[in-house]
Amino acid sequence: DVLMSYLQGTSLAEVNSFSPSVPLSPSSATNQYKLDDERELRDLFVTVDDPESHITAIETFITYRVVTKTSRGEFDSSEYEVRRRYQDFLWLKSKLEEAHPTLIIPPLPEKFVIKGMVERFSDEFIETRRKALHKFLNRIADHPTLTFNEDFKVFLTAQAWELSSHKKQGPGLLSRMGQTVRAVASSVRGGVKNRPEVFSEMNDYVETFSQKMNILDKIAHRIYKEEREYFNEMKEFGPIHTLWSASEEDLADALKGVAGCIDKCCKATEKRMAGLSESLLPILHEYVLYGEILMGVLKRRDQIQAELDAKADALVTKKTEKDLFSEELGTLEDKAECANNALKADWDRWKQNMRRDMRSTFTSAAASNLRYYEECLAAWESFLASQTVEPQVEEDSEDRP
Amino acid sequence: MEDCLAKKMEITVSEAEKRTGRNAMNIQETYTAYLIETRAVESQSEGQCAPVDSLWRRYSEFELLRNYLLATYPHIVVPPLPEKRADFVWHKLSADNMDPDFVERRRIGLENFLLRVASHPVLCQDKIFYSFLTQEGGWKEMVNETGFQLKADSRLKALNATFRVKNPDKRFTELKHYSDELQSVISHLLRVRARVADRLYGVYKVHGNYGRVFSEWSAIEKEMGDGLQSAGHHMDVYAASIDDILEEEEHYADQLKEYLFYAEALRAVCRKHELMQYDLEMAAQDLTSKKQQCEELATGTVRTFSLKGMTSKLFGQENPEQREAKIKVLEEQIQEGEEQLKSKNLEGRDFVRSAWADIERFKEQKNHDLKEALISYAVMQISMCKKGIQVWTNAKECFSKM
Repeated sequence: DVLMSYLQGTSLAEVNSFSPSVPLSPSSATNQYKLDDERELRDLFVTVDDPESHITAIETFITYRVVTKTSRGEFDSSEYEVRRRYQDFLWLKSKLEEAHPTLIIPPLPEKFVIKGMVERFSDEFIETRRKALHKFLNRIADHPTLTFNEDFKVFLTAQAWELSSHKKQGPGLLSRMGQTVRAVASSVRGGVKNRPEVFSEMNDYVETFSQKMNILDKIAHRIYKEEREYFNEMKEFGPIHTLWSASEEDLADALKGVAGCIDKCCKATEKRMAGLSESLLPILHEYVLYGEILMGVLKRRDQIQAELDAKADALVTKKTEKDLFSEELGTLEDKAECANNALKADWDRWKQNMRRDMRSTFTSAAASNLRYYEECLAAWESFLASQTVEPQVEEDSEDRP
Repeated sequence: MEDCLAKKMEITVSEAEKRTGRNAMNIQETYTAYLIETRAVESQSEGQCAPVDSLWRRYSEFELLRNYLLATYPHIVVPPLPEKRADFVWHKLSADNMDPDFVERRRIGLENFLLRVASHPVLCQDKIFYSFLTQEGGWKEMVNETGFQLKADSRLKALNATFRVKNPDKRFTELKHYSDELQSVISHLLRVRARVADRLYGVYKVHGNYGRVFSEWSAIEKEMGDGLQSAGHHMDVYAASIDDILEEEEHYADQLKEYLFYAEALRAVCRKHELMQYDLEMAAQDLTSKKQQCEELATGTVRTFSLKGMTSKLFGQENPEQREAKIKVLEEQIQEGEEQLKSKNLEGRDFVRSAWADIERFKEQKNHDLKEALISYAVMQISMCKKGIQVWTNAKECFSKM
């Protein structure tokens, strides 16, 4: 099945590079087309909504409704509705990582929020998590390989008890532990010695990228905090002018006008903050998580490489059963090649997606700031206009009783 | 206004200089001296420029001048001085009196003070003020020789009057309430404005962090690099722009502060009225009681209880000669008292009339100045918004090219 995923993972890339009708082009336009293609050719739609709280004697937890609509033949029905809890998502992610060790599995929202800004089951926390879970499933659905994963299908379609029993299948705890021990052992030793240049470059890139994402995440959060503090002060600032207008006659109008402008700016600030928290903050957070995911993927690739290297080294000293050993070595060589190709293809795809996400999110953040200043400008300009027209209005009012 | 000094003479406080010297207790101190430059206004057509006269004054001398004006013209709303110490500061500004920004704003405030006095119809004609502007040496002695300190009413006396006066002019009572409200609302406004400025500064400056990170990130990206790099530059511009914006806003705050201090000057005029009114009421009361005493002595009837009445009842009435003498003294006192009362009444009415005229003048000035200040605040906000629009339009374009 590693071979299968290799074929599927690189299928689109292969098709595009060998088909004579589509010119070989590294330009973003072609890659963008490929991505949009993915969207248009979609035959599976997933939504996550309707969080519900469940209270048992042992614990309290939230389940989310997962609705799937599909036209694919492998699915018995065209519509499914199931309820899943966070644990189930964790299970799915680990199964995907197991099946596709060198593919980039999308990030899941974290188990806990350490910052202490949000309480564990507050509405804000649940909504943030829901959105992230929705994104997680959609990214899998959009992935050319992962979308056909069997566990993914089970996740989307199985009823609660079916899922439980399915989870119990597969390699037992002991064999999984053995895998982990081998993985840890080999990661300590190597996979780095014979690492192809391209993966070393990837490693360097991910290290820097991760670092920058972390900093950007912090900056964006800081900006949000400062904007909120500014909003709080402005909320108090406006009404003082109204209060003052109560003890003035000639000035009352101008003072109320200023109060009104400040009020409008307040509302505009609120909108700006909402834009930040709905778009930029979640995206930056996801890419912080992606940094860790990418490091994990590169490590797993190194492990596969290490297994191969160990076997190759052993073969040199092997005296007996050389043929059997060579066969095993061949299998490992194939495995390593598949893994490397899968990663390379997925890496390109990931980079395109990242670029698109960053471009769109930073552009919309800038647009949100632009709107903010435009709204404030309109408010103050209208106030200014009213003040310069004033004198005529005053003359008229003198005639009134 | 035609005759006011401001029209005939150009007055500027053009420089500020740090000085060291010895004070009254012979201790070395550092202070700032301000250069006052004056020049007679010549008609432009002659194309000649009159020579500039100049002298140095320090803040304490300005204070002395103002105290003199307060004591000498109690019916005038005397323009205030800029604050002695930096108040309502937000974190970036220092509260240090020697800070160059503070000194600069004080220089402007002192110039404004002189211009206010010079354009006041009454105050501009004062000789001491004129000497302050033109006579370097011996001015202090000249002021002290006027003996204005004696004219100044004691704080205690004024406070007493405030609580005990029975019939102050209603308009002054209202004015006092107004000046209290004005002071309270402006100080609240200034305090919150300082906090708003602080927060705004934070928002802008944090964006500045983007610049460096974008630049470092762009180093590892191929297609995204240019867009990131140029967007980062715009973030730097954005972050830097707040300094000038807030600098300008300080001047707006200073305009409000002037009227915060003007509120105190208004209250001073109200207090003077209360004092005069109280004085008048006391004099009238005194006169009434004397008249009563006189009447009692003359008619021999005791209308109201008095210790004298009781003692005379106990120890016997006085003889007719003693009574006559007493009545005569009282009658003299009553006559004196009536004259005094008449002149006090006249004084009081004169004060009310001239004070109210100046208050009306002040009200118009205040409405005009504050309205202008509010408009200038709006203009500042508009300029800030336009800068923001430009920066974010540019940034947006850079991002869209990432």
